Amino acid sequence: MEQKLDGNAAAGMLQAIFPFDMTLAQVTCAGCGTTTVIGATAAYMHGMGAIIRCPRCDNALIHIVHARGRYWLDMRSVRVLEIKEG
Amino acid sequence: MGRLSWQIGEVVATRPETVRTKSITLDLPGWMGHRAGQHVDVRLTAQDGYQAERSYSIASPPEEAPRVTLTVERIDDGEVSPYLTEDLLVGDKLELRGPVGGYFVWEAQMGGPLLLVAGGSGIVPLMAMLRHRAAAGSTVATRLLYSSRSLEDVIYRHELDHLLKSSTMLEVVQTLTRAHPPGWTGYARRIDTQLLREVAWPVEQRPQIFICGPTPFVETAAASLVELGHEPGRIKTERFGPTGET
Repeated sequence: MEQKLDGNAAAGMLQAIFPFDMTLAQVTCAGCGTTTVIGATAAYMHGMGAIIRCPRCDNALIHIVHARGRYWLDMRSVRVLEIKEG
Repeated sequence: MGRLSWQIGEVVATRPETVRTKSITLDLPGWMGHRAGQHVDVRLTAQDGYQAERSYSIASPPEEAPRVTLTVERIDDGEVSPYLTEDLLVGDKLELRGPVGGYFVWEAQMGGPLLLVAGGSGIVPLMAMLRHRAAAGSTVATRLLYSSRSLEDVIYRHELDHLLKSSTMLEVVQTLTRAHPPGWTGYARRIDTQLLREVAWPVEQRPQIFICGPTPFVETAAASLVELGHEPGRIKTERFGPTGET
């Protein structure tokens, strides 16, 4: 079952991949152009990962799947991902 | 900061908070420190290799590191919380990674006024902020609005009473949504726009707002505060699932 949470809930998984605080990374939605920090997005958690959605247009920004020792990231709806160092 | 990896903590204390919630204090030799409002991911591994991960907010202030306390609500059909609240004993080891999240964070130097809005166990990361505020000697004007089902469900009830007496510029407003004792003088309904109008700081004071609770609670509170004129950019939210287990 999927649960609607927020980007904070998916941040542990993202920070196992990227060495930065990913709740403060900014994503620009390729659909509507809105830029949001990941902490303020909507996230739907499921057994194998998460789907991060645009809070404005609900477009699926990032699909993360973690299984069999690999991560898959489908980011087709992210125009820009901006990550702050440190 | 680097990539987060799993680390092992040892349970050094457990404390029941309410019938359904328990605080678990861990000693984490490799802890890098945290900020109030952050959470950890806890991972349990079954003998057959099956793993389940859940996020839990940190209840303790940064000042207590390398000890970290989580407060966990038991969800009867949950995969993780029944083990954490009923089976885990002092001396047991627990695997976790963190701290996670720099978005839903308050530190004393960020100032205020501060409006904290909690639904049920959504109090946990906000309690870390209140404990940090007290430990740092902060006098930032702070209001906590805390919604619980009944008085018995109020987590940290006695500590909140104590904080209220020992702190300056702190106000605690409670609402009980299902049952309230005779003579109850707090609110007795779910949070709505009118209640927030009465409790929240005036818009002109530009409070920093943190809301944590179940998804419908968070969405109602955030939408009401925006309707009252608070800037969306000053409202930070953290949702947990309808089952209370994230």
